[in-house]
Amino acid sequence: MAKSIDVSDLNIYYGDFLAVEGVNMTIKARSVTAFIGPSGCGKSTMLRSLNRMHEVIPGARVEGKIMVDGQSLYDASVDPVAVRREIGMVFQRPNPFPTMSIYDNVLAGNRLNAKRLKKSESDDIVERSLKAANLWAEVKDRLGKPGMGLSGGQQQRLCIARAIAVEPQVLLMDEPCSALDPISTSAIEDLIHELKTDYTIVIVTHNMQQAARVSDDTGFFNLKATGEPGHLVEFNPTKKMFTNPDHESTEAYISGRFG
Amino acid sequence: MTSANLAPDLAASMRLSRPRLPRWAPVLALVLTVAAAGLPAMLLGWSVVGWLALALVLFLAALPGWAWAVEGGRSAVDRLMTALIWSAFGIAVIPLVWLIWTVVSQGASVISVEFLTYSMRNIVGSGGGIYHALIGTLLVTGAAAVISIPIGIFAAIYLVEYGKGTQLGRWITFLVDVMTGIPSIVAGLFALSLFVLLFGPQFRAGIGGAVALSLLMIPIVVRSTEEMLRLVPADLREASYALGVPKWRTISKVVLPTALGGIITGVTLAIARVIGETAPLLVVAGKTDSTNFNLFNERMSTLPVYIYYSFTQPGIAPPGVSDPPGIARAWGAALVLIVIVMVLNLLARVIGKIFAPKKG
Repeated sequence: MAKSIDVSDLNIYYGDFLAVEGVNMTIKARSVTAFIGPSGCGKSTMLRSLNRMHEVIPGARVEGKIMVDGQSLYDASVDPVAVRREIGMVFQRPNPFPTMSIYDNVLAGNRLNAKRLKKSESDDIVERSLKAANLWAEVKDRLGKPGMGLSGGQQQRLCIARAIAVEPQVLLMDEPCSALDPISTSAIEDLIHELKTDYTIVIVTHNMQQAARVSDDTGFFNLKATGEPGHLVEFNPTKKMFTNPDHESTEAYISGRFG
Repeated sequence: MTSANLAPDLAASMRLSRPRLPRWAPVLALVLTVAAAGLPAMLLGWSVVGWLALALVLFLAALPGWAWAVEGGRSAVDRLMTALIWSAFGIAVIPLVWLIWTVVSQGASVISVEFLTYSMRNIVGSGGGIYHALIGTLLVTGAAAVISIPIGIFAAIYLVEYGKGTQLGRWITFLVDVMTGIPSIVAGLFALSLFVLLFGPQFRAGIGGAVALSLLMIPIVVRSTEEMLRLVPADLREASYALGVPKWRTISKVVLPTALGGIITGVTLAIARVIGETAPLLVVAGKTDSTNFNLFNERMSTLPVYIYYSFTQPGIAPPGVSDPPGIARAWGAALVLIVIVMVLNLLARVIGKIFAPKKG
């Protein structure tokens, strides 16, 4: 069910500005891939181009190829909406829908796509997704309350529950733990471990330990210089990356000696 | 340096308390200045307005002056600005309160069941009512709302969700701004010429008034809806897209519900804004003394037009009474119109509260 992603010679633009240059990588199915690197080097941009969220920004475009399951994502015949149904995303800032209750937020992906669900099916999806996101115990007595009433960490787990409720093939996470306390973070890392049996997961993180803990492969992005486009320095199994990286700059960044 | 001989220096440089005027100082200053201004006003025989104006000037000088002497310069400026802002607020409120007081005091005695349920058909002299004009106002404004709300909301959705940064979007924004400034009589004449061209020179009907009012209403609806839609965070749209929701569903199920409270408030205020228009209705909807329920046929009276005619053609005063009967009816109709606008405003607030996104 999970799919692998092949990226070749990817250039990502914002209008005329080249943000990320010449990325080649293979993201394996049923594994966790982490993107690390300094701020502004294009990790998030790269992530967003994997489910065609990048082009939501006016003027943003992509050159090169991203192949998922043998289909080119940026082919003219590909419907971006269909892509996003298969490749879900969790954002850096929690963004539950303010008009909806916790229950409706989890079901948003299904409801907004006008899928008809029986009450028992809906209850099932909500319970399963919230349990998977480690939020069930905290909210099971107030599912009808607005999602905005939760704390920041709870809101983020609600967003993860919402993303996995539609059962995507791939789950993209853009610094999902940056707003969370250590307990919620470790809950989400456990969750990532569980999810990886069914899903392909790509996670952007600023937390080196997190990348080391959760990921199987790691990609290190960097800028050549300020104003230059970001590029993929190294893409290797996480173990190798953190013990014996190919590049000196990778080692410098991981060990904190980064200038 | 030891801490012992440091302490006195510190205490001197960290003086946090200063002399302050007592809390009742502004009230005392106000009472005193009003009294002081009363003396020359009485001696020279000024009117109340002159007396209060002098009192205001004295107060604006006295309170900051007192503060200057006791509290220092910064505090004096603070007192002066506070006093200026309060007086500006007071001056702004005076005409409003005065107007409402006048209309209520003159119009309240006119309001009766007969006044609200009788038309002016076959009325000579006193009696009669505003029923026909009330029906006319509700029908014409309702029709104007039916025309302009969908057009306005859809135009705003285009501007925010689709036309952002495009040439067409910029042109529409510009034209909407121009439309906001159209004088209402021009809108009325436009509607009149349109219907005269289509249906002949004798055409007068409520729908013409509705079209004229919708010309005035559309830009207001577009503007307020646009502002509300812009307030919806881009995060929510992205969250929806990332769930594989198409753009039109994102707009109809996420963006619009989030902004719904504000949109409804804006629409209600737009209705309140056009319900009191006189000129366009005078021109194209005309005036009649009988009740007309058909928007598309025959003239239709509305409250503003009724007020206008009651005032300009008040009839002949019965012997022994100073005012002709039309004047009282005009006051009564004005009161009803103001009450309708107020109810609409309150309704807008309540609806805005109900549909606002809830927390906790």
